[in-house]
Amino acid sequence: MLTQIITFLIFVAVIGCILYGRRLIRTEKVDAVFGNPERALGGTHWVIVGSSFLLLIWLYYSWDIAKGFYPKSANELCQVAKVNDSLLGLKYQFPIEEREFKSTSQIKKENKNLKLILEEIQNSQKIDNQQKIVLTGFINKTNQLIPLLTNEDLIENETKQRISDITGKINLLTENFQKPDYPFETEKELNERLKAVSEEGGWGIVKVQSGTGSIENTMEVPLIPATDRGLKFHAAAQELNLISDEFFKLRNHNPQFKSQIKQLKDNIKSYRKGLNDSEEVASTYAKNIVKIARRIEFASIYPPNALNKMQNAIVKFDDAQIKAQGGLRFIDILLFPAGTIVASGPSCSEQGSGRWLPKPSDTFNKFILMSKPSVGYKDIPLLWIDMVDVSKMIGFILPDWIADILPGDYPVHTKDGLVKENFKGKVLKIVTGDFNLFKVPVPYGHIWDSFLRVFLGLVFGILIGVPLGLFMGLNRFAKGFFDPLIELYRPVPPLAWAPLIISVLGIDNTGKVFLLFMVSLSIMIISARAGASGTQLSKIHAAHSLGASKKQILRYVIFPNSLPEILTGIRVAVGMCWGTLVAAEFLAGTTGIGFVENVAKKYFQYEVIWITIFIMGMLGLLFDITLRKIIDKTIPWRGKG
Amino acid sequence: MSDLVSENLNMIFKTPKGETVHALKDLNFTLKKGELLTVLGPSGCGKTTLLNITAGFIRPTSGVITLNKKEIDGPGVERGMVFQQGALFEWLTVAENVNFGLRMKKEDPIKTAKKVDEWLDIVGLKGFGNTPTYQLSGGMQQRVALARCLINDPDLILMDEPLGALDALTREKMQSLVLKIWKETGKTIILITHSVEEALLLGERLYVMAPRPGRIHKEYNLPFASMGLNEDLREIKKNKDFSAKREEILEMIWNMEEEIMGKDV
Repeated sequence: MLTQIITFLIFVAVIGCILYGRRLIRTEKVDAVFGNPERALGGTHWVIVGSSFLLLIWLYYSWDIAKGFYPKSANELCQVAKVNDSLLGLKYQFPIEEREFKSTSQIKKENKNLKLILEEIQNSQKIDNQQKIVLTGFINKTNQLIPLLTNEDLIENETKQRISDITGKINLLTENFQKPDYPFETEKELNERLKAVSEEGGWGIVKVQSGTGSIENTMEVPLIPATDRGLKFHAAAQELNLISDEFFKLRNHNPQFKSQIKQLKDNIKSYRKGLNDSEEVASTYAKNIVKIARRIEFASIYPPNALNKMQNAIVKFDDAQIKAQGGLRFIDILLFPAGTIVASGPSCSEQGSGRWLPKPSDTFNKFILMSKPSVGYKDIPLLWIDMVDVSKMIGFILPDWIADILPGDYPVHTKDGLVKENFKGKVLKIVTGDFNLFKVPVPYGHIWDSFLRVFLGLVFGILIGVPLGLFMGLNRFAKGFFDPLIELYRPVPPLAWAPLIISVLGIDNTGKVFLLFMVSLSIMIISARAGASGTQLSKIHAAHSLGASKKQILRYVIFPNSLPEILTGIRVAVGMCWGTLVAAEFLAGTTGIGFVENVAKKYFQYEVIWITIFIMGMLGLLFDITLRKIIDKTIPWRGKG
Repeated sequence: MSDLVSENLNMIFKTPKGETVHALKDLNFTLKKGELLTVLGPSGCGKTTLLNITAGFIRPTSGVITLNKKEIDGPGVERGMVFQQGALFEWLTVAENVNFGLRMKKEDPIKTAKKVDEWLDIVGLKGFGNTPTYQLSGGMQQRVALARCLINDPDLILMDEPLGALDALTREKMQSLVLKIWKETGKTIILITHSVEEALLLGERLYVMAPRPGRIHKEYNLPFASMGLNEDLREIKKNKDFSAKREEILEMIWNMEEEIMGKDV
């Protein structure tokens, strides 16, 4: 429903915006010449058109339009696929989709094989003439088997009868199939089927097992026929399976053929028995000849016109089932781009873009589901709030040795088994957080973890990098001393450090924060250094003659003067940190957005993968917009001084 | 006696190529309190070097320069400086820029705010206190630079081509302002300029400097600055005496430039 409304709205928006754009062009008073950048100003309506197209492509290629407008179509096409599959074996016997009869191509193939083996035997140096004659005799005998099968006069009446039985069955099926109430389902059957359908669920996300925290319950295409049309195809497919089984069990073996082949087999068998170990080559040739004979025996080779009626019946049924498909064929072609359900066969799965591109509606549903703190991902919510006692934080921040360095001893239990608390013990309780205070909400979850890592890495990088960078921009010693260190580690891609740092500092926050600190540190140092060394000399001179001390010049002139560079550096560092973090979470970890994506990848949860991509994009955008706002607010003079 | 006294001032630079450049040679002069000195000369004659030494940004190779009998060995509040481009702190507003010196001295912000208002009024920027400096025109920026320098009450004001980047009209207005401030505050001023007219108009005394080595070529005592305090500056420019002096100095500088060109060829 939602998909339909959105698709409709998109069309309205696109048409409206295009009309608006046309009118704007016509009524444009300011005729800016080509090349004037003013011509590119504005154009929100084209933004709407652009994003609408993007959404439309998503809706279309993820097959969500098909799902939204024809929710039953996938299930019905699945039934069509079953019929196609059942029909395939029979169809291949005739030049319906192939170029020639199966019998013809089989004969051609075996003739060719026999010819090859004959040439090989005649050219072989390893067998003597005597054996060559015997083997050539076998080949001729095998060759003579084929006319016994293809001669119309030799075909048995019983075989003829059974072929006409099968043809009759196909014709009956065709006749029944065209009746509206086929397959004559009873009310009980109908109820059972509908119950099974509702148990199986629909196309897309249907059921949520929030208790287990897993959301691996998206259905691709439901198998059980849900509609009358689908049922028709389903029933026909079952009948066709039986018919085709019956046909393939049938053998066109007349008594002459049977005796011939038995004789041939016996001859070859006794010949091979008579050979000694040194004549293995001849034995192998004989074995290959018997293989070809067996293939001829079990191939469905019939005289040229014997199956004509059956072919007609199959073509008729095929026409009937294609006619019964009606609009379904066009839905399959038009609304299932880059792959079809029918092509996936009776197993009925989404193939092509429908497989790896999740439907917007499903993705949205899953996102809502994952956003619920009780579901989350791997038992951890994406972003939620936990009530944490302040005492825990105090205990975390205060180091335990505060209690240790106090004079006196910790309390020891008395003879009566009681423990009398003393001052030192009380202090220990405070520094370890073993007391109750009020609780405050603290965010946690995958998104928060990733955010916090980036934030901490950045903050540490800024706190150390900016002063160091300024110092390096102003002081020869600092520049010379720290330059080798920084230039040695900076050019290394941060991810190259990741395995080392993660194995030394652990897969939890410490390692990642340190990695991000390394990333942001070098960027902050370089930008702060560039800012400091880029200060105009006249400004520093002015500050000197206005009586500013060295410290004041650093604080009030050089620092604000390098702010644009520093803030640009922070913006770059955020991007770099974000990229590095996700990759580091891929590498190792138990929480974080990158971790979620990595796990989703292992289970082919395409929706989750796309959700994580979306979250990362949004967070990156959020960081950037915030920073842009900060930059606009704090350094409005940038580029204007 | 708050005189600026220069004794045998020498400044020798070494270029990266190893050549020595005699920027200033045996400079001797005395500037009395309240005098307005303009310095004129072709480029490369050491005007800016002289100013930088006076401000204390660089040390002379030899010789001594004293202000109030105290040797100059570094920048100080008693010598205010106005730069060609204003050198304003664009992260501060007009008022904050003017207030900068007092803030560095950690003076009471309430008192300094009053003082800043007064000075903004004097330089004609009343009501612009909260404007960011990057929104000001070139002339207004120079007014801020002047006020910022003067609020510190320096004994000596050094101006390095302060009006060089301004258009003709603004320039004339600023010249009047400089004269007005000079008269009202009685400060000693050294003003470096490229413009002969400006040097004649503003200078009570005028040094024409010559290059290679940098030295004082000729010294003038001029009446025009005192006249400018009462008269319209444009009227002074029509003065015959003024025109004659201008032609004389222009020719002098032309000859110097030709001499340099000849040397180069």
